[in-house]
Amino acid sequence: MKNTKARNASGYMFLTPWLLGFFLLAIGPILVSLYLSFTRYDMVGDPRWTGFDNYIYMFTRDRRFWKTLEVTFHYVLFAVPLRLIMALSVAMLLDKGLRTIGLYRAIFYLPSLLGASIAIAILWRQLFSIDGVVNQVLAVVGIQGVGWITNPSTSIYTLIILAIWQFGAPMLIFLAGLRGIPRDLYEAADIDGTSRFRKFYAITLPMLAPVVFFNLVLQIIEAFKIFSPAFIISNGTGGPADSLLVYTVYLFNEAFKFFRMGYASALAWVLLLIIGLFTALAFATSKYWVHYENERD
Amino acid sequence: MNATEAALAEKELDEAARVAHEYRLAKNKRERRARLFKHIFLIFFSFIMLYPLLWLLASSLKPENEIFGSLGLWPSTFNWSNYSEGWEALPVSFTIFYRNSTIVTVLCVLGNLFSCSFAAYAFARLEFTGKRLFFGLMMMTLMIPYHVVLIPQYVMFLKLGWVDTYLPLIVPRFLASDGFFIFLMVQFFRQIPRELDEAAQIDGCSSFKIYWAVILPLSLPALATSAIFSMIWVWEDFLAPLIYLNDIQNYTVPLALRLFIAQEGESAFGQMFAMSVLSLVPVVIFFVAFQKLIVRGIATSGMK
Repeated sequence: MKNTKARNASGYMFLTPWLLGFFLLAIGPILVSLYLSFTRYDMVGDPRWTGFDNYIYMFTRDRRFWKTLEVTFHYVLFAVPLRLIMALSVAMLLDKGLRTIGLYRAIFYLPSLLGASIAIAILWRQLFSIDGVVNQVLAVVGIQGVGWITNPSTSIYTLIILAIWQFGAPMLIFLAGLRGIPRDLYEAADIDGTSRFRKFYAITLPMLAPVVFFNLVLQIIEAFKIFSPAFIISNGTGGPADSLLVYTVYLFNEAFKFFRMGYASALAWVLLLIIGLFTALAFATSKYWVHYENERD
Repeated sequence: MNATEAALAEKELDEAARVAHEYRLAKNKRERRARLFKHIFLIFFSFIMLYPLLWLLASSLKPENEIFGSLGLWPSTFNWSNYSEGWEALPVSFTIFYRNSTIVTVLCVLGNLFSCSFAAYAFARLEFTGKRLFFGLMMMTLMIPYHVVLIPQYVMFLKLGWVDTYLPLIVPRFLASDGFFIFLMVQFFRQIPRELDEAAQIDGCSSFKIYWAVILPLSLPALATSAIFSMIWVWEDFLAPLIYLNDIQNYTVPLALRLFIAQEGESAFGQMFAMSVLSLVPVVIFFVAFQKLIVRGIATSGMK
């Protein structure tokens, strides 16, 4: 039909920039990266096909790969839940009983907005240094601090604390979600003399479950991709003793320091699969704990 | 009902009213006190949240020997020279770095606005074969970590001879590579009444005319939100410039700040902090000026 043709023509005209980007910058590179992951490629010669060698090496002989997995999972498992708990607690505190929350909301959100910047990573490096602010505060209460960043067993926690400090964005989403819970549910519970905890478990959490789920998926993806703070705080090395070697820093160094592009591509694909797996896991379990309001039981 | 009974009933009613009134007073008092405690706690908590930023600001003005060893936020003397000396502390002046960052940021924001609103208009308003499929694919790209496409993109841009230019940073933005903004705009465009398009169509407007003269002018909040977020993200972007820019003459501000860390010990902390503060200033100004749009943008789209 001529009509359909004309409609398609104008539709695709508007879609052209995105389509170009989609093929040249997203789907194309993903496929090329899959191909490169089966090769040896140092950017000087052509890629040389090596089959599964990169993956076999990664899983069986590369100790640093396991180390980077350990560091990254450690980070994700602490940073995501703690950030979400912080965000929800503060959102609930702001949601009820206060007339003006604008200024608090702004103050709590500001770190999220600045957090990705190099300036903040530089600041963090100093706050947790041996003679930094954190140790001075500890000294006031009589605790002898350590060099939080130079000590391999504590350095990852400086990153986790940085992540918690930036709870502002999920807090805003929780606030919007809390606003959407009908007030009469709480009033009815009040008349029945329901306790605060019960109100939280029986009303707030179930009503908020879709928002919690949304935040959870978003934060997991976000956390696996952490790069700049780890890179800056460890001065690009991932050290001390690889304790800040989060996945993306390892990948970056393999690709752009040692030019092992094939191996780095394999690392990238494994990252993609890990993130996909976690997202799928969240979706798969969601039917047990997330119920949408318009859904029939 | 006789007079005594009536009087008694009235008395009881009065009594009940008094009890209710007292209860309400007590409740109000309780609530006021709870509010007061809440405010005290929140003010204290705000201070903790802001302390690192205030410490950074204070340290940027302190003399070198005062930075470490004191928790105080008030410098004994205001060392403004940290700023003037820090500005010139690296082999290339920060004037160049700010110029570079500004060029990249402005072009990237323009690219995002044009390309994303184009795609969003197609997804929200036009009918064409494969629309659902492409929309699904677009949403999937939101999940892809940048690191997965990084290496092939680098190889491609290297072969094009674009490494050490701003093109690898700017061109993707003109190809709608930031799907978040498409999503945000689609949500907004869908709320605009379709009658407006139809009326314009009857008047003989082309789809481009409708996009330009009907949809865009009505979508200023969504466009502004996208512009603010892309400005902030591009300004703070570190990974892409780190990979693509080699010559220090081409460095953006975050790359320049990293040089301070790389030569730590040689350079002064006060100067490093002063330049760090300056790099945050544009973001803070945008935040203060457009707070409402930013907050609403996050609440509706769930952007970071």
